[in-house]
Amino acid sequence: MGARLFAPLYGFIMTQKKKRIVVAMSGGVDSSTTAALLKEQGHEVIGITMQIWDYSRFTAPDGQLFGSCCSLDDVYDARRVAEAIGIPFYVVNFEADFQSQVIDPFCNEYFAGRTPNPCVLCNQKLKFERLLQRAHELEADALATGHYARIVAGAAGYELRKGLDPAKDQSYFLFTLSQQQLGSVLFPLGAMTKEEVRAHAARFALPVAEKSESQDICFVPDGDYVRFLEEERGSGHKDGAILHVSGKEVGRHRGTYRYTIGQRRGLGIAWPHPLYVVRIDAERHEVIVGEEEFLQVSSLLLRNLCWTVPAPVAPLRANCRIRYRHHEAPALLTPNADGSLLVTFDQPQTGVTPGQAAVFYDDDRVLGGGWIQ
Amino acid sequence: MNHIYLDNNATTPVRPEVLSAMLPYFSEQFGNPSSVHWAGRQVSGALEKARAQVATLINASPAEIVFVSCGSEGDNMAILGTLDALSDKGKHIITTAVEHPAVLNTCEYLEKRGYSVTYLPVDADGMLDLVELEAAITPETVLLSVMWANNETGTLFPIAEIGAIAKKHQVRFHCDAVQAVGKVPVDVQAANVDLLVISGHKLGAPKGIGAIYIRRGTKLTPLLHGGHQERNRRAGTHNVPSIVGLGLACELAGQEMAEKSVQIKALRDHLEAGLFAAVPQIKLNGHPTERLPNTLNVSFAWIEGESLLMSLDMKGIAASSGSACTSGSLEPSHVLGAMCVEVTLAHSSTRFSLGANNTVEEIDYVIEILPPIVQRLRDMSPLYNCGKVDACESCDTLKRL
Repeated sequence: MGARLFAPLYGFIMTQKKKRIVVAMSGGVDSSTTAALLKEQGHEVIGITMQIWDYSRFTAPDGQLFGSCCSLDDVYDARRVAEAIGIPFYVVNFEADFQSQVIDPFCNEYFAGRTPNPCVLCNQKLKFERLLQRAHELEADALATGHYARIVAGAAGYELRKGLDPAKDQSYFLFTLSQQQLGSVLFPLGAMTKEEVRAHAARFALPVAEKSESQDICFVPDGDYVRFLEEERGSGHKDGAILHVSGKEVGRHRGTYRYTIGQRRGLGIAWPHPLYVVRIDAERHEVIVGEEEFLQVSSLLLRNLCWTVPAPVAPLRANCRIRYRHHEAPALLTPNADGSLLVTFDQPQTGVTPGQAAVFYDDDRVLGGGWIQ
Repeated sequence: MNHIYLDNNATTPVRPEVLSAMLPYFSEQFGNPSSVHWAGRQVSGALEKARAQVATLINASPAEIVFVSCGSEGDNMAILGTLDALSDKGKHIITTAVEHPAVLNTCEYLEKRGYSVTYLPVDADGMLDLVELEAAITPETVLLSVMWANNETGTLFPIAEIGAIAKKHQVRFHCDAVQAVGKVPVDVQAANVDLLVISGHKLGAPKGIGAIYIRRGTKLTPLLHGGHQERNRRAGTHNVPSIVGLGLACELAGQEMAEKSVQIKALRDHLEAGLFAAVPQIKLNGHPTERLPNTLNVSFAWIEGESLLMSLDMKGIAASSGSACTSGSLEPSHVLGAMCVEVTLAHSSTRFSLGANNTVEEIDYVIEILPPIVQRLRDMSPLYNCGKVDACESCDTLKRL
């Protein structure tokens, strides 16, 4: 079954001799199944878990369990899976890098009035940078992860494409991958649905086959990012006004970092119409709210662009996704002389959030992406 | 693939003789030594024999030996028990910056509860300044806690001289001797030690057993409260098979130490010379001479110890970076930090700790296999290839090697 599913996309693996492949194991169903499938195909598989966060820093209220992707328990899960499928397993410690490359920017972004995307940063700076380096050091031919995305060898280089399961596609989180990285990385689950992966996990009797999906940011396992930010950076003296777009003060807030664009709940404002957060001005300690139409944005500016194709020099039409669960919208991409890029949507979009990534697609192919200013 | 085990400071295999001696005490002679009947009597003799075996190895009396579950328990018992028992005298502890976490983290715990702790610094070889040590003693000082041998570098402290200072100032002296007992002679009388901790699995006994020497007349509050075992010093039913194993391991160590330490040291020196001859830009961490005979800690500039360990493991060679207790959470070593080893060098440190089972063929294999691995990792290292060696301080440090 595994071979049938892999053959069209992973001809690379099937036609080559036995490879040494490092699998990034989180202890979850997807990466565990990835490791088991590669092992089944006869490859020399090495499991590595990145220890990126000291979970002893958290205690869940009332002993509730954390339902996140990379808790300390999951390191033990990963080790147990590696034991069960019979592969060597290592834990590498990237805590210091995770703090400086992911957590610190995460906090900086929130306190600057933006809503960050730590998963993209973690992929970019840790998983496909430092862990890939570790894989090379072990003389591995490739690093495999359990992401739902596909890498296709095209005529003009590697193409990053959506995972075939539309409900699981994770290509959005991977737009920073360079051609060189795409050439060293495997996504064996890219052509599968979650149900198929769970079926494989059950077939392998993996100890994590029944585990639930992770939802929250891994280092904020209880979802309370406000508490997290205050633990990292302290709280207090960050009060300010909540202003209506007309300029009228309609309420007070206890810190701009508590708000995200599009937020409607928890504003505590009496107003004839529903109000949404439409802008955050961290410097002036202001949260600006307005009616739904004020969320509509027809263009946005991106910086720090990454391309899986040659960077365009002329305007280019593409579909643009402005957050993970956004259905991408047709737009015109216009490169600026300073290296930034202007995205002009055919139809205005709601919920454009500074700090999130915008990713460009041609059908199911990722062309590149950048960070919303 | 050949398995070569060079991590004996992390743990050692249970010696076959020790295992054989233990086996009857699981099912055949299963009694509780505290029982009055035949089943208890069968094992209480074995218990006391083991106590004498442990005492003999460190020149103590059997009555001064208390069995505990591990070295960490012994260290906690020594420190916490002393501070509680001597609470009228003061709240000051003197220890060193390079102790095992079993001591350091216990001291940090006490600091949060109002005790004051002096962490003595060490020099670049990891050695203490005894003048500084003596000057740190105040009328408030109730405990001096200094390890016999460092687990990461093997550096041996001058315990007898420290014991003399402690005796002169009438300060209680605790010594974590987990890495020393079985490897070098340990004499609690000559060294004037009041409390000394031993761990079984470092000398061929099983994991989960240890002992603490408590000098006769030393007031110590128990850590575990419960039954009246161990003269009320440590509650809990005796782990008889492991105690029997620890006893025999200590007896064998006493018989064989002189001969085996020479043999192990020769292999260690062979490894050290071989690596220094074959790999440029490496640094010895630890004292060149005052060092455990089995331990070699070196930094391979430009690479990460973590990468080297994994690559060595792929070849079947088991070594370690820092202490096994922190592996998996690979922080830069506090020991090397205290020795002012530059931080990227500390990250590149690797510890080889030899045992009686190692052969010259194994060491030759390591000397053959390791240099190309180091070179391969250096060729991939961004630091090694940055080409700006004069630009930063750490590169400058590395270049001077």
